[in-house]
Amino acid sequence: MTNRTLSVDNISKLYRIGVPQVTSENSSNPLVRVLTKPFANFRKYRSLYSFSEAELAGETPRNDILWALRDVSFNMDEGDIVGVVGANGAGKSTLLKVISRITPPTKGRLTVRGRVSCLLEVGTGFHGELTGRENIYMSGTILGMRKREVDAKFDDIVEFSGIGKFVDTPVKRYSSGMSVRLAFAVMAHLEPDLLIVDEVLAVGDVEFQRKCLNQMSEAGDRGRTVMFVSHNMSAVARLCKRGLFMRGGELVQDAPIADVVYSYMTAGGQSSAERVWEDMSEAPGDDSVRLHAVKVVGENSMPTGTVDIGHAMGIQITFDVLEPGHQLSPYITMVSDAGIDLFSSADSNRQFESEPREIGRYTTICWVPSEFLAEGTHYVRVVMRAMNRQMLVFRESDVVAFNVIDEKNSGFGTTWWEGKPKGLVRPNLDWTCEYTPPAMIIKG
Amino acid sequence: MSETPHDQPVVVIESKRSWAFVDFRELNHYRDLLYFMVWRSIKVAYAQSVGGLAWALVQPAIQILVFTVIFGNLVDIGSDGLPYLLFSTVAIIPWSYMSGTMSAASGSLIGNSAMLGKIYFPRIIYPLTPIIGGLINFSISLILIVAVMVYYQVTPTKNMLLLPLLFVMMMMVPLAFSLWLSSMAIRYRDVGIVMGYFMRMLMYTAPILYPSSSISEEMRGWYVLNPIVGVIEGFRSALLGASPEMFIRWDSLICSFVVSLLLCITGAIYFRRMERIVVDVI
Repeated sequence: MTNRTLSVDNISKLYRIGVPQVTSENSSNPLVRVLTKPFANFRKYRSLYSFSEAELAGETPRNDILWALRDVSFNMDEGDIVGVVGANGAGKSTLLKVISRITPPTKGRLTVRGRVSCLLEVGTGFHGELTGRENIYMSGTILGMRKREVDAKFDDIVEFSGIGKFVDTPVKRYSSGMSVRLAFAVMAHLEPDLLIVDEVLAVGDVEFQRKCLNQMSEAGDRGRTVMFVSHNMSAVARLCKRGLFMRGGELVQDAPIADVVYSYMTAGGQSSAERVWEDMSEAPGDDSVRLHAVKVVGENSMPTGTVDIGHAMGIQITFDVLEPGHQLSPYITMVSDAGIDLFSSADSNRQFESEPREIGRYTTICWVPSEFLAEGTHYVRVVMRAMNRQMLVFRESDVVAFNVIDEKNSGFGTTWWEGKPKGLVRPNLDWTCEYTPPAMIIKG
Repeated sequence: MSETPHDQPVVVIESKRSWAFVDFRELNHYRDLLYFMVWRSIKVAYAQSVGGLAWALVQPAIQILVFTVIFGNLVDIGSDGLPYLLFSTVAIIPWSYMSGTMSAASGSLIGNSAMLGKIYFPRIIYPLTPIIGGLINFSISLILIVAVMVYYQVTPTKNMLLLPLLFVMMMMVPLAFSLWLSSMAIRYRDVGIVMGYFMRMLMYTAPILYPSSSISEEMRGWYVLNPIVGVIEGFRSALLGASPEMFIRWDSLICSFVVSLLLCITGAIYFRRMERIVVDVI
């Protein structure tokens, strides 16, 4: 029998984003304006958080209302580890804040069984003037622990944080790394029934991120329910079994995590795995050549937003040549999620650098081998060079994005290695080895 | 955790903006947090200061000296036949507590807006923290009252039995005002602007610097509506009861108690209603 930890029924959250100014007829008179302004302000601030029935029903298409969440429903049972994905402004953080009681829903209801810990930032309640010991108690009780619970876990927390003899030193004298470790150590020793973690936790060094992720997956193993919000698709894919995909305040998909990651990566919008310009006049380019489409494709040439590290993938570029006589050669640059240019690759069909292209549509694929890109999100910049004019016809950044995952967790080939291989790329290189017995080593 | 799933608390969060009173069960769960918040506020206030808690004596002492020089010596404002220093000290010490905690508690939600948006706990803890924390300063400054009473050889009377009630009322007054003002301030920042005038108004309409005997009997009905009046008159009669002028004035005591209790109850309800939306409008 499973225990229901959380049930969310038709939650909506509305915000009033700026109330339109009501201009009175006498507003030309500045004195009248000054005198009537307070009354207008009063109405304005009162209406900040009140909505009419019609507005709640969504019947008034008023542009001053933002539906941060719209009719969201789902359930979570004990032991569920759910990842919430979506673009910025999709309502993920609002959802977390509603569940953790920071802000109420405008409509609907939700039921939470047990204790909720919501980790929206590291070190809530920390104060520099207090010592490490004092901050452990402060932060622990703010996160919902009782003093005796902190007492019981105190030694573990100090041990986990590694602050050792600095426990009675004011935190303002700590290095920033130390205070973050201490703050996280307190969080790691909470025992909530529902753990809510925002991606802000994913800041910090790699080691710290690994600790966070391990902590969350262990919490799930112990039967805790975990809700995790992140833009980091590889972390979500690794940690969660189930995903929620939010878009424009609505829950558009509640499915196994792989499907949700795929939907998110291929969803229309700024950075999807597929981008087509239906209207040629809006496409990048000029009268000589225009970009038509860019797609991320798998080994089978089918579009995909998620690529396993064990498979090759391609960037398919479709462009229309509109004038004869141009020597056109495209190239791409692969950009990491941190915005670092990983590599560039130019069209290997070198004849186009000197030969003009015929009018027509060209579809060209740049193949990226398997076991080459590292896990994570990648963005593609597409550039078209006109050799005859010695210019760039277009240079489009972040045209498409895709996610490289390591489904089999091939990592470094062993199971005991918990860490993710470091680096921006992860090429599969040949290693050679030569053995020399001790007797053959010539000393000197 | 020894809890079985069956006695886990179930929380239902609804959109309905109901009228509710303080959730004492929840507050009880968070009592350790209240303790640490109070403790942190005191520790942080005096962190890295040479004087430390001695400031709790120096600040009111300076205030009392200034008032004594001005109103007791330069301007003879009257003090019901008592030495002005004695007369004012027993009033200024509780007033300092009430005014200090009232300002701090009224700004407590605005001042903690960052934390409000990051973590949930009963929001009433924010205004409660300065009101409880202020008691430490108050207890220390009681030394001044004792010192002045010893200096003037005041004999204690059975009126001192009123003191426990007066301490409670002295806490109720800032709680009553700050429940209203802190939650009003999140929507209307005007509260913060008006706060200074409001405090001065409360001070001048209470017998802190002057004797209440200078208020005519006709006006007294209005005068006692200020809950500060009852507390201050109460402190004078409890501590200086040996003086015939300082008899217990039950009218102001009862009125002060009723007014602050009413403000506390309505304020708590208003606070509960506003605390739900505090993050959205702050």
